[in-house]
Amino acid sequence: MRAAVLGTGQTHHAARRTDVSMAGLCREAVDRALEDSGSTWDDIDAVVVGKAPDLFEGVMMPELYLADALGAVGKPLLRVHTAGSVGGATGIVASNLVRAGVHQRVLALAWEKQSESNAMWALSINPPFHMPLGAGAGGYFAPHIRAYIRRSGAPNHVGAMVAVKDRRNGSLNPFAHLRQAEITLESVNSSMMLWDPVRYDETCPSSDGACAVVIGDQAAAEASARPVAWIHATAMRTEPTFFAGKDHVNPQAGRDAAAALWQQAGITDPLNEIDAAEIYVPFSWFEPMWLENLGFAEEGQGWKLTEAGETRIGGRLPVNPSGGVLCSNPIGASGLLRFAESAMQVMGRAGAHQVPEAQRALGHAYGGGSQFFSMWVVGAAPRP
Amino acid sequence: MTDTMTEVAVVAFAESPRVRRNDSTTNGVEMLVPIFRQLFDTTGLTKDDVGFWCSGSSDYLAGRAFSFVTAVDAIGAFPPTSESHVEMDGAWALYEAWVKLLMGEAEIALVYGFGKSSAGLLRRVLALQLDPYVQAPLWPDSVSIAALQARLGIEAGLWSEKEMAAIAIQRRGLPESVEDLLEQPFVADPLRKHDCAPITDGAAAIVLATGARARELCERPAWITGFEHRTDSQHFGLRDLTTAASATAAARAAIGGNVDVAELHAPFTHQEILLRNALGLGDAVRISPSGGALDGNPMFAAGLARIGWAAAEIHAGRAGRALGHATSGPALQQNLVCVMEGR
Repeated sequence: MRAAVLGTGQTHHAARRTDVSMAGLCREAVDRALEDSGSTWDDIDAVVVGKAPDLFEGVMMPELYLADALGAVGKPLLRVHTAGSVGGATGIVASNLVRAGVHQRVLALAWEKQSESNAMWALSINPPFHMPLGAGAGGYFAPHIRAYIRRSGAPNHVGAMVAVKDRRNGSLNPFAHLRQAEITLESVNSSMMLWDPVRYDETCPSSDGACAVVIGDQAAAEASARPVAWIHATAMRTEPTFFAGKDHVNPQAGRDAAAALWQQAGITDPLNEIDAAEIYVPFSWFEPMWLENLGFAEEGQGWKLTEAGETRIGGRLPVNPSGGVLCSNPIGASGLLRFAESAMQVMGRAGAHQVPEAQRALGHAYGGGSQFFSMWVVGAAPRP
Repeated sequence: MTDTMTEVAVVAFAESPRVRRNDSTTNGVEMLVPIFRQLFDTTGLTKDDVGFWCSGSSDYLAGRAFSFVTAVDAIGAFPPTSESHVEMDGAWALYEAWVKLLMGEAEIALVYGFGKSSAGLLRRVLALQLDPYVQAPLWPDSVSIAALQARLGIEAGLWSEKEMAAIAIQRRGLPESVEDLLEQPFVADPLRKHDCAPITDGAAAIVLATGARARELCERPAWITGFEHRTDSQHFGLRDLTTAASATAAARAAIGGNVDVAELHAPFTHQEILLRNALGLGDAVRISPSGGALDGNPMFAAGLARIGWAAAEIHAGRAGRALGHATSGPALQQNLVCVMEGR
């Protein structure tokens, strides 16, 4: 059965949203999504909530306490957690409920209020049988970026180019946490080195924020007064964090998920057939890395698209026109933001960061040690 | 739902030993590998036959962010798998997998839940499920909250300490009499030790399969005919704690007729009575032949295990229709009902 995004909503993302409670933050996104989708609370059959580790807020399974605020009382309430990919997984689980014919209209919400704790230390964990993870996600991923640069021979300025593009895109997005229209290659390259080669301006911020999406069945989509985003394909794949032969630069799980996604969407040449992509890029260099992993470029060639300016708005494949994770990173919500922004593009509701005439768009998220992948393709028209 | 939907059945179930404390790490792998082995031996499947994996567990129980991430090591998830995780009891992971199978995106799913409750002080850990602004700072623990519920039911004449003790004797096969048990001290008035589920480390896993595949894998599959879950408000002042409206609503939507047996996820004796009332189960219904959560309550696995034990009654031919129930949250806030039948 067919399903479509009827509407989306997000918060103004910021380092500290001390003006709202966790419930207030969530409701800001939900209320906007209900309005954007033309839905009332009574229309919602079920609520799917996603967020990253509960230790980020210090509340165990916070959706239990949030049940009232999310209008979930008397309804089914599901809580998804698939690490950083969770926002994407939340959208996919919600769409599955509609596509399976179980529900007609489902509210998906993903959120994180990072200011309640310190995410970097919440992520500096000591898993059984593994090396302890120190200095948070940046410390974990920087060696993979160095391996990418060594393998591909990419010039050093590519990472900074991504940062400049995304932060300038973010300045077009009224909801973005970081909005830096004046950023330059020079200013990025003079910012502090955090985890070589990732500089301060090339890393995602810690944000408070939420994103909500209302997904409806074919009847709801056809009855909608405004354009909807038809869900053409979804895919999720998982592999272990570590194993002999794991390719941290170009993980098999990401390649497999992309292959399944393009096949389901009937896409044979993603670079030409996708008009806009919202890709989970928490550190600048992950743009070229994921361009290759997703099949937009051959292995070792992704940086050339970035360097040629093809990933800017107006290029062959605008990547993260919203500013992406580099501008706003409420971790649990970041994946659903990618999914929602891709829907906004094909619904023509992306405002100043709209990619002209976007017909098909990709939303992508990943998590854990580059091991959980979730992605979808949405289109302005139903898949033929 | 329409009549043309794919049919899905529970074809195999395994549970790890219910123990107070085992030697496993908090990532669950040591508990999961043996029960996966058991499922593969029972069905003849291998990991490569599984089209979708889904699990339930909790970071807070493990005391570590991303605790489920290394649980996929139990799968041997390479080549990469189609997989998902809920921060809930595995029963809700089963629901997610059931939806996936209904969509036709997989024919076989393996669902697991695991919890190492011994890693922390469970009743304190569960206090962190409460409203972080107005309730959690007071640290009302999970046993004390259940005691409030038990007291309200006693005062409303819905159950008594005697009836509660009789349930403990039945579920756990205790040698004591009701009178003996009522001489024991309170843990949290009116709950005594026998009224409370033991703290348990453990895991459970279920194989789901569609149509013809289910018949190949199991002589008498437990076909899922109703699968529903609902939630109530968490705020105690906004709820009638002597019942669970979410359980009643889920049962009304899922049951559609009588059941022969019901496995109830009731971690406290009074909650078994409450749930029998809320689910509308008559006296003829056999309750929790496995011993239920009162005989072993591995967090995030005990609800899934209830569905597994209910399915096992069908597999063994002891029941025509069986109900598995799972709960989550303080004082039965969230409830799930899975009804299965043998044919």
